[in-house]
Order: sequence, then structure tokens, then C-alpha cells
Amino acid sequence: MTPSLRLRPYLSFFRLRFLGGMQYRVAALAGILTQFAWGAMNLLLYTAFYEADPTAFPMDFAQISVYVWFNQAFLTMFMLWFLDADIFAAIRDGNVAYELVRPLDLYRMWFVKNLATRTARVVLRCLPILVVAAFLPAPYGLTLPVSFGAFLLFLLTMVLALVLVVACCMLIYIVTFYTMNPLGVRIIATSMGEFLCGAIVPIPFMPDGLRRVIELTPFGAMQNLPFRIYSGHLSGAEMWRGILLQVFWIATLILIGRLLMAHALRRVAVQGG
Amino acid sequence: MKLYLRYLAIHFKSQMQYKTSFFLTLIGQFLTAFSTFLGIWVMFTRFNTVKGFTYTEVSLCYAVVLMAFSLAETFFRGFDTFPRMIGNGEFDRILVRPRSPVFQVLGSKIDFTRLGRLLHAAVIFAWAIPRSGVNWNAANIATLCGMILAGSLVFAGLFLLYAGICFFTLDGLEVMNIFTDGSREFGRYPLSVYGDAVLRFLTFVVPIALFLYYPFLTLLGKSDSLLWRICPLFALLFLVPCYLVWRVGLLHYRSTGS
Repeated sequence: MTPSLRLRPYLSFFRLRFLGGMQYRVAALAGILTQFAWGAMNLLLYTAFYEADPTAFPMDFAQISVYVWFNQAFLTMFMLWFLDADIFAAIRDGNVAYELVRPLDLYRMWFVKNLATRTARVVLRCLPILVVAAFLPAPYGLTLPVSFGAFLLFLLTMVLALVLVVACCMLIYIVTFYTMNPLGVRIIATSMGEFLCGAIVPIPFMPDGLRRVIELTPFGAMQNLPFRIYSGHLSGAEMWRGILLQVFWIATLILIGRLLMAHALRRVAVQGG
Repeated sequence: MKLYLRYLAIHFKSQMQYKTSFFLTLIGQFLTAFSTFLGIWVMFTRFNTVKGFTYTEVSLCYAVVLMAFSLAETFFRGFDTFPRMIGNGEFDRILVRPRSPVFQVLGSKIDFTRLGRLLHAAVIFAWAIPRSGVNWNAANIATLCGMILAGSLVFAGLFLLYAGICFFTLDGLEVMNIFTDGSREFGRYPLSVYGDAVLRFLTFVVPIALFLYYPFLTLLGKSDSLLWRICPLFALLFLVPCYLVWRVGLLHYRSTGS
């Protein structure tokens, strides 16, 4: 088979999931309004803290605004707790056996499905938020990227961050093969993960020791990276180190995921499904 | 009342059938709320005060809104899942029974896992109450209880309003989450932090500030206005329009037929 033929089934999975995700337009409208309110309230909150002590701010206010609006606009792309219930169900009730019969790679198939759902949701939601945010007065609005180079790196790290988030979700699915009850792992991922990846408070706000540790973990290489590169808060050696770590974690998590999955599937086969 | 206790017992027993799942979800609720609290902690490692409020004062405010919300979410959750009830025709069965629909919807779902948040709120209370510098005399204790109680009733009113609107839309109006989840999320800071416009809106339109902000100021001794102390009582007026919307909706109700 030529490479393009081999990839075709995954592309059609992507397309199916993407179109499926595009159906939820009313929900998307509600989501946009909610996220807009969330962004505005967060910015008002940061304003109050800024008035309390501007010198304690680790970022410019304009950079905070960029972070807050991106966080809201790309929420459905990066939120860790956005997991596919179908996959959990397939693992638990044994339907995963049907998926294994197909001449496809299960890891890649689930990976692509998750990529597609997240992309579809974000396509529906991000534009209105970004456009409105762009028209807000400084320093509350969305600014232009600091440079064209930064913008290109922003796009690159956005894609890499999405891949990393999905690789992380894959681990959650795969661990379910062993625990059978997805709740435990999900809970840790959803409660602590949100905090660690900077979805609640941007990572630069955290105390130094904690910040340094988080920046070495996969969580530091998620939304934290592209959002700060865009606004120029992250640049030079520190930025390149971040991108290298991002690539490193993607490779590592995918490798661990594949190994664990191969092991789990062997076990399933021995038990006879 | 006796019937409601029966409802409670049934829901409790049915949720206890899956103990692991129950406790894990409970812990999950606890931890998720905890990560929000970590957010407050992070901010106060950098800043001493915000709009004149200290870390312990903000924690106290956070515990109040969280406790009010989780009480409402545990006991009034039937209204939260109401669109499904209309969608699958379950509500028709309720209408033919000789009890008030409000009561039956209340009893249709009582989710004890939501008490995970309550537990978290209790922990924060235990930590913040002795440190907050509030003089815990009878009046202040009564005010605090009044705030929590009125708060959960206002949230219940919002759930009721949400269900009432469902009669017209036949589908959940997710925008309402801005007020329910949003109040929980952003009520963690005293509401003046968000500026005058937001404070006014949350005073006169959705009366979150009436149970969360004004009595809180008297608690901290930042104000000694008696009017502000009894504000939670006025917040209860909010239940009137919510109930009216529900009543009007009920009169308009046409079964979806499924």
C-alpha cells in the first residue's frame, strides 16, 4: 500500500468526527457566551489585583489579556477533562474487541478521533471570541502577536500542544484497560491537571519553586507555551527550551501509551476478551 | 415531608449500590473544588490584599458561596436535569400523580456525590473561621448561617427558573450556567473586586451580592449597617419571579409526545 492509502482510513475518521462535532451549533453559541463572560470576569479580577500591587505582576497586563482570551477561545481544544465517553464504554463493555478486528491501528484511530472532536469544537467557538476580544480597548483586548516569527512559533506550538494534550488523554484511556473503572484516573487528571497546566491561574503567577517543577512536566508544555509565545512573554533560550521539552514529552507520552496499550491488548487476548 | 425523607432514603440507597463509584466521584468533586482554591492560594502568594480583602477573608467568602451552591446542587438537582425529564416524557407521569410537580421534580434526583464540594467547603470553613479575625458572637454566627441558607435558596431559584424556561424552549438553556456556575466560580472573591457595574447587576438583577457581599461586609466589621446584615432576607424575594415563570410555563406545557 502506498502511504496515502494507509493514512486514508484515519483521515476519514477525522472527517467523520469533525463533521459530527460541527453539529452542536446551539451548544456552541451558549459556550461562546459563557466563555465570553468568563473571560471578562477574569480580566476584572486581574484588574483588581493589578490595582492592589502592579509590581507583583509577573506579566504585562496586555499579556494577561491575551492569555485570558486565548484560554477561553481555545478551551475545548486544551481542556484535559474533555474525554470521549464512547472509548471508556468500549473498554468496559468489551466492544473494543470489534475495533481490534479492523485492520487499523487502535492507538492511531483513537488519537485521530480525539484530535478531530477537539478541533471541530474549537473551530465553532474560537472565532467570535477572538474577534470581539480583538476590538476591546487596550489593555483588555487581544493584541497582535509581537512579531511574525513569534506568530509562526505560536501556530507550531499550538498544534504541538494539542497533540500533547491528546497523548495525555490517550494515557487516561489506556490506564482504564487496567483499572476498568475510569473514575479514579479521570479525577486526578481533571482536577489537578487543570491547575497544573495553567487553566486556572497562568503558570507564571505560581511561586517560583512550583513553577520551575511544573515547567519541566508535560503540563507546562500545554497551553502555557503557545499563549505566552504569542504575547512575547516567552522568548529566546527559555522559549526554545520549552519547545524542545514539548517535543520530548509528545514522543515520550506516545511511546508510553503505545507500550502500555500493546501490553494491555495482549492481556485482553489471553483472557479471550 | 415524610415522603421527601423516603425520596432521600431511596436515592441514598441506590447510590450506595455502587460504592466505589460513589466515593470516587465524591473525592473528585472535592479535588476539583480544591484546585479552584489552589488558584486563590497562588494569587495570594504574590499579593497581600485585593480591594482590601485578605487571604483568609477571601477564603471565607469562597467557603460561603461553595457551601450554598453545593447544598442547592445536592437537593435541588432535579431541576437541573429537568430538560431531560421533559424530553423523554417523564414529566407527564408526574402531572398525573396527586402531588405538587415542584415537589416531585425535587425528589426525582438527589445527588449525594455533590456533597464532595460541601465537604471541601467545610474544610475551608474550619480553616478560615478561626483565622478570619471575625468576632464570632451570636449575631455574626446567625448572619453566616443566613448567608449560606439564603444562598442555597437563590441558587435553587436559578435552577427553578432554568426549569421554567425549559417549558418554552423544550431544551436546556445552557446560557443560564453563566449565572449558576459563574456565581460559584467568581463568587469566590468578594464581589466588589469585579467593579461597580458587576456588583450592581448582581445586586438588582441576580441577587448574588445580597447574600454573599453585603452581609459579608458586616461580618468582617467593614460595615455596621443592620440593613446590610439582613440582606439575605431580601435575596429570597428572587424566588417569587422564578416561581412565577415556572407556573406560567406549567400552564403552557404541552407534552413532547415521546
